[in-house]
Amino acid sequence: MRCGVVVFPGSNCDHDCYHVLKHVMGWPVDYIWHKQKDLKGYDLVLLPGGFSYGDYLRAGAIARFSPIMNELNGFAEKGGLVLGICNGFQVLLESGLLPGAMLMNRGLRFICRYVHIRVENNSLPFTGSCKKGQALHIPIAHQEGCYYNDPEAISEMEKGGQVVFRYCSPESEIDDRYNPNGSSGNIAGVCNRQGNVLGMMPHPERCSEAVLGSEDGRLIFSSLLKVAEGVSI
Amino acid sequence: MVAKIYITLKSGVLDPQGKTIHHALSSLGYDEVQGVRLGKYVVMQIGDGDPEKARGRIEEMCRRLLANPVIEEYRFEIEGGE
Repeated sequence: MRCGVVVFPGSNCDHDCYHVLKHVMGWPVDYIWHKQKDLKGYDLVLLPGGFSYGDYLRAGAIARFSPIMNELNGFAEKGGLVLGICNGFQVLLESGLLPGAMLMNRGLRFICRYVHIRVENNSLPFTGSCKKGQALHIPIAHQEGCYYNDPEAISEMEKGGQVVFRYCSPESEIDDRYNPNGSSGNIAGVCNRQGNVLGMMPHPERCSEAVLGSEDGRLIFSSLLKVAEGVSI
Repeated sequence: MVAKIYITLKSGVLDPQGKTIHHALSSLGYDEVQGVRLGKYVVMQIGDGDPEKARGRIEEMCRRLLANPVIEEYRFEIEGGE
């Protein structure tokens, strides 16, 4: 599983992602500067969290025009695996690779804490090691994380299995009480129709080692092990 | 020429900043305020030329970058020029 971590000006979770892919998973990893125009040879491209371009205008709005994004479009079209975490998710939404948009959290504050998310679709390359309905203990850290799409679009997404994670209780119950930011339908992560592009607000790279308090995030990466052999771009 | 562009959240889209401002105005006694929506205002200097052409270009800028059509709508006016 050859991985690339895209670095935009203002990315700040790139080193954490690199660390997990390389030292926890043992995969070859490169940093990919956003001005690079070649993704040949990669199986997984990760868009990390941070504040690309200072979140000016809207989070991810400027980064989506970086040269690497053109290449990423083609990469995704050919079935390459793309994972966007937090700001990376926002970039994928702005680019149109994933449906919907982000609004400011309903409480208007930056939220940095552990939450639970329920796995709604475990048939993706990113979720195959999870049980359907399983609650993952995982941290969030964002101010623009209130997922929005119009209700018809969301019901289409639900039918297509594109709603991948929802904020929930430790017992997997979905309720507004467990919705930290006001996201429509408690949505915490979505994928494209083909299922090879996933965006999520929570940070699996921050909870992939026991020493950090939770290893649930590693399930996202270990799921990819199952498909590692079959994927080659 | 100067283009003045107004970007606002679509009606129906949650606007917690607008709500908070509304609440603050109410507590200051401005009871006549029935709703507040907060948006963005962009002032853009544009080299002189055909205002009609500028209109098309600004429309494109709004669609591609300045506004996100999933959550926002926009309008603009152009001042100066021929």
